[in-house]
Amino acid sequence: MQKSLLIDPAKCTSCLQCEMACSLEHTGAFNPARSRIKIFEFEHGAQAIPYTCTQCAEAWCLHACPVEALTRNPETGAVELNESTCVGCKVCTVACPFGTINYVPETGKVAKCDLCGGDPKCAEACPTDAIVYVDAGWTGYDRMRDWAVRTHAEPRT
Amino acid sequence: MGWQKKILRVNLTAGTAASEPLNMEWAHEYLGERGLATKYLYEEMDPTADPMGPDNILIFATGPLTGTMASTSGRYAVVTKGPLTHAIACSNSGGKFGAELKYAGYDLMIVEGRSPEPVYLHIVDDEVEILPAEEIWGTTVWHTEEHLKAKHQNPLLKVASIGVAGESGVRYACIVNDLHRAAGRSGVGAVMGSKNLKAVAVHGTRGVTVKDPKAFMQAVRETHAMLADNSGRKGLTELGTNDMIDSMQEFGGLPTENFHKVQFDGVGKINPGAMQATGPEGHRNLITNKACFGCTIACGRIAHINKTHFTIVNRPEYRHASGGLEYETAYAFGPLLCIDDIDALTYAAFVSNEHGYDPISFGGTLAAAMELYEMGVIGKDDTDGVELKFGNAEALTIMAEKTGKYEGFGKILGLGSKLMCEKYGHPEIAMHVKGQEFAGYDSRALQGMGLGFVTSNRGACHLKHDVFAEDMEDQTGKGKAKPCKDSQDKIAMIDSTGLCLFTTCAWDVPEFRRQIAAACEGDDWTEERLIEIGERVWNVERMYNLKAGLTAADDTLPQRLLEDPAPSGTAKGKVSDLPQMLPEYYEYRGWTSDGEPTTQTLQRLGLK
Amino acid sequence: MPRATEYVIVGAGPAGVIAAETLRGTDPEGTVVLLCGEDEPPYSRMAIPYLLTGGIGEDGTYLRHTDGHFQSLGIDLRIARAASVDPGKGEIRLEDGSSLPYDRLLIATGSHPARPPVPGMDLPGVESCWTMEDARRIADATKAGARVVLMGAGFIGCIVLEALAARGVDLSVVETEDRMLPRMMDDAGAAMIKRWCEGKGVRVLTSTAVESVMPAASGLQLSLSGGATLDADLVVCATGVTPNMAFLEGSGIETDRGIIVDDRLRTSRDGIFAAGDVAQGPDFSTGEKAIHAIQPTASEHGRIAALNMAGIDTPYRGSLALNVLNTLGLVSSSYGLWQGVKGGDRAVARDDDACRYLRLEFDGDVLVGALSLGLTQHVGVLRGLIQTKTPLGPWKDRLMHDPHLVMHAYLGRAQGAAVRARKV
Repeated sequence: MQKSLLIDPAKCTSCLQCEMACSLEHTGAFNPARSRIKIFEFEHGAQAIPYTCTQCAEAWCLHACPVEALTRNPETGAVELNESTCVGCKVCTVACPFGTINYVPETGKVAKCDLCGGDPKCAEACPTDAIVYVDAGWTGYDRMRDWAVRTHAEPRT
Repeated sequence: MGWQKKILRVNLTAGTAASEPLNMEWAHEYLGERGLATKYLYEEMDPTADPMGPDNILIFATGPLTGTMASTSGRYAVVTKGPLTHAIACSNSGGKFGAELKYAGYDLMIVEGRSPEPVYLHIVDDEVEILPAEEIWGTTVWHTEEHLKAKHQNPLLKVASIGVAGESGVRYACIVNDLHRAAGRSGVGAVMGSKNLKAVAVHGTRGVTVKDPKAFMQAVRETHAMLADNSGRKGLTELGTNDMIDSMQEFGGLPTENFHKVQFDGVGKINPGAMQATGPEGHRNLITNKACFGCTIACGRIAHINKTHFTIVNRPEYRHASGGLEYETAYAFGPLLCIDDIDALTYAAFVSNEHGYDPISFGGTLAAAMELYEMGVIGKDDTDGVELKFGNAEALTIMAEKTGKYEGFGKILGLGSKLMCEKYGHPEIAMHVKGQEFAGYDSRALQGMGLGFVTSNRGACHLKHDVFAEDMEDQTGKGKAKPCKDSQDKIAMIDSTGLCLFTTCAWDVPEFRRQIAAACEGDDWTEERLIEIGERVWNVERMYNLKAGLTAADDTLPQRLLEDPAPSGTAKGKVSDLPQMLPEYYEYRGWTSDGEPTTQTLQRLGLK
Repeated sequence: MPRATEYVIVGAGPAGVIAAETLRGTDPEGTVVLLCGEDEPPYSRMAIPYLLTGGIGEDGTYLRHTDGHFQSLGIDLRIARAASVDPGKGEIRLEDGSSLPYDRLLIATGSHPARPPVPGMDLPGVESCWTMEDARRIADATKAGARVVLMGAGFIGCIVLEALAARGVDLSVVETEDRMLPRMMDDAGAAMIKRWCEGKGVRVLTSTAVESVMPAASGLQLSLSGGATLDADLVVCATGVTPNMAFLEGSGIETDRGIIVDDRLRTSRDGIFAAGDVAQGPDFSTGEKAIHAIQPTASEHGRIAALNMAGIDTPYRGSLALNVLNTLGLVSSSYGLWQGVKGGDRAVARDDDACRYLRLEFDGDVLVGALSLGLTQHVGVLRGLIQTKTPLGPWKDRLMHDPHLVMHAYLGRAQGAAVRARKV
């Protein structure tokens, strides 16, 4: 069974270990500015929400890509970027209603969560289990998925 | 590798900002943060200069592990000459600002001179602007952060700023970053204010690399696990630092009523249990805990005030959450003033962050003022009509605001206890060392702590030594000099790495060594070398102070702790054994009986 | 057993290709013929400018990269152009004279560049930047230092501008309207983009018309309104596009500026659908029929048209005007009703010197449009908030004060209920 990132904001302390782990994996440096998972803080830190791509079924980014630089990894279910194919047109960044695929000026390409090929470093780094990598069936991504559906025209089968 | 190898030098007199290479020879001898900044201060500044004058320099320093996945990697230090003590001031802070400064590409930022007009710094990697601060001068720390993020259209900016307290020269004004974390002690915020520097807003995208990522990550995994499994860590996470208040109460080391007592009956109303209890109106003081950057402990408290409380009943702007009670704040606003109103304490904590001043020194100064009031030395004419008696919660909250806004009697309180009590002709009332007020430990009950207070290079401070275990075991001064000296050296090293002292609940020198060795260039990172770095830092701080004009005569405690026996608790009947401990300490340090490092000691540390 | 449905798709751009793939996935029994009008593998026009910058090779513009992709899906890809459609007979006639029957037809023929009625537009050295062939000719003519005049500073013009500038040419841009990007950016944003371009050494002439192009001793000379002239080795014309629907004459399919389609992407004739740049369909924001010649609309059109063609009734909420652009390193984007609505509120953060700008338009407490300059993080959430019509509640006031809190507002509203205060 495919796995997904299960994010429980109620457990997040906003330590940003996840952002460092993500950037280390993808850029070779500790650099939260380049992390694909981001923590958003509210009310002087009374709440913190880790936020990244849910690999949604609609895959707005994938369908909006003009050159097939985004494809779905059949093993992990992640929508992955082929950097050498990406032309940096940024259409995916305005197409994704979650804002979870972003243009990176330093590379001239976009970047998004790729579940680290099935071994997500953010989950490994999280000290409070606010981010865990579990079977997709019980991730409780419902709210985000609902967002995807509301943005979409779904078939009335 | 570890270091960014770059300094940002800002001269506010000339209005210039330029980067320069980090002195790597010094980096290998002093690591970073506290140590390296101390070396730069020692080399670049005349220690006799006026701390509030343009010749003082203000250094923001990160360490080689700042911004890495080492746990608690968010720390930075501010090093300068302190206006409270006229000695070296070294205050460190967590939050997210320090890591951001490092990500912008700088190990250190050195601020020189004085701007003719109020300014702030806007730093995005290599782009550094000195911009007019007229729009934010006179406003709070909280407003400043919100304003700068909106103005620069960058919610990712991290901001360190001063409030009106720092602008006005409150001698214990602090530099607050990320709304409620602070380089809190010794008045570093007043120095920033004297330079007409309102804020530093930084966004960094450069990243930090380490020498051997594989070895480093292995060390990170193992050291994280050590913290995860550690009971001391769990206590910090679940109860916060205020867990200490119950221990100190039980032990009889909790300074109460300006050190007339060592235990406080109202502890149960302000301890972690009280913070976590839900009251009859359904209000619970504590909302959650919160981590600083990179921290897997998360001792920070986020709290809110009961909306029916007198402090905010008509002030909805204070109904949000913010940084709640840490032990030192709880002590300085609670037992020290005999106040057990948790909402009043929380409100005063909010206000001290919002306006930017050190709650320990403020509490210590207010305690002295209350004692002067009760003695009849000052009266309502002096205190803007406020009845400044011990136990008066409203007096605390009013004076907290007045000090933050620099109004009325708040201006007097802004002098600190030493100058205030001298002004009123009762210097014996002021409870301080070298001008800085005490943290929440009584030197009669915790003898080693007392020696630490006395010998701390920034005046009375609980964070520069750790003799806790020895003090708990034995209430005399015997055998305290050596652990005091050894822990001072160790902590000076830890403070120079970019990590937090609180990791020592689970880590010791080998854990710091492993992470430093994997992160920093060079292959001779031994434990001995690290300890020697700590000792070197300590001695340079001491030499700075000696050059600044301090002498062994400043290494002393207030009369009250040397002559008045503790009235209760484990150490009932005891006074501080400082007269026995201090000579022993000097000897361990390799200092003369006048408290000066011998030539031999300086040579051993490569300082001569 | 019923006969397999015959699907024919005219046009192998993104709308056509996605429709073909969707049909294949939805109706495995049907036959799918995909007609490609150029003798190239299906490619993306959007990628042509990146070909000119040298960032990619020709194969980098291809819509699909797997060898035998269409064949392996059983999609019959043919090089052919439609000449006419006979809805009565259910067949289309091709330019080679043959005809092709269909049960369901999708017209996804896109558009072609329109040239203004200016003397000299047919001279050698005047090019459009539209097809792979155009790109090859422009690449040949734009050695470093070549004098190039770009006519038109709209969305396509600005993408071409980026590519030409990257080739190191001496570049002038001429735009008849009073600002760059008149349909994507307001005065303030356009002024910042213009200044930015000028700062990078590009000459930008707005409120200026090209009145004629004449052969000159060396290259071409352009006469401009106001009397000035410009010398050029190459003129690139990017003054707009026209839908490719001339072949529908006599078919009875209703057209306006494009082919009129309903909320199922159906044209006025049974069994015939249209998608992409040629289709004038429902606009999400206004409910009116509009052409949104952008990649996300093409892909949505292609997918939803195909579902409806296969008999899976799928309504379309309408396309949202969405543009994102990089002008010499300055990223800008626009969403929906960025001009605002009557009685609505506007939140603005603007720093002309830094070329940073964010403008949000609200109808009540719902976001309906946005413009941004210099923003690259989480921009998609602007689309999400607009398209879900999420009531922003108390967050609207926060956004009026600082529009950059848009991610916070989104998380606070859309995800708010998922968050509980953590207790220790």
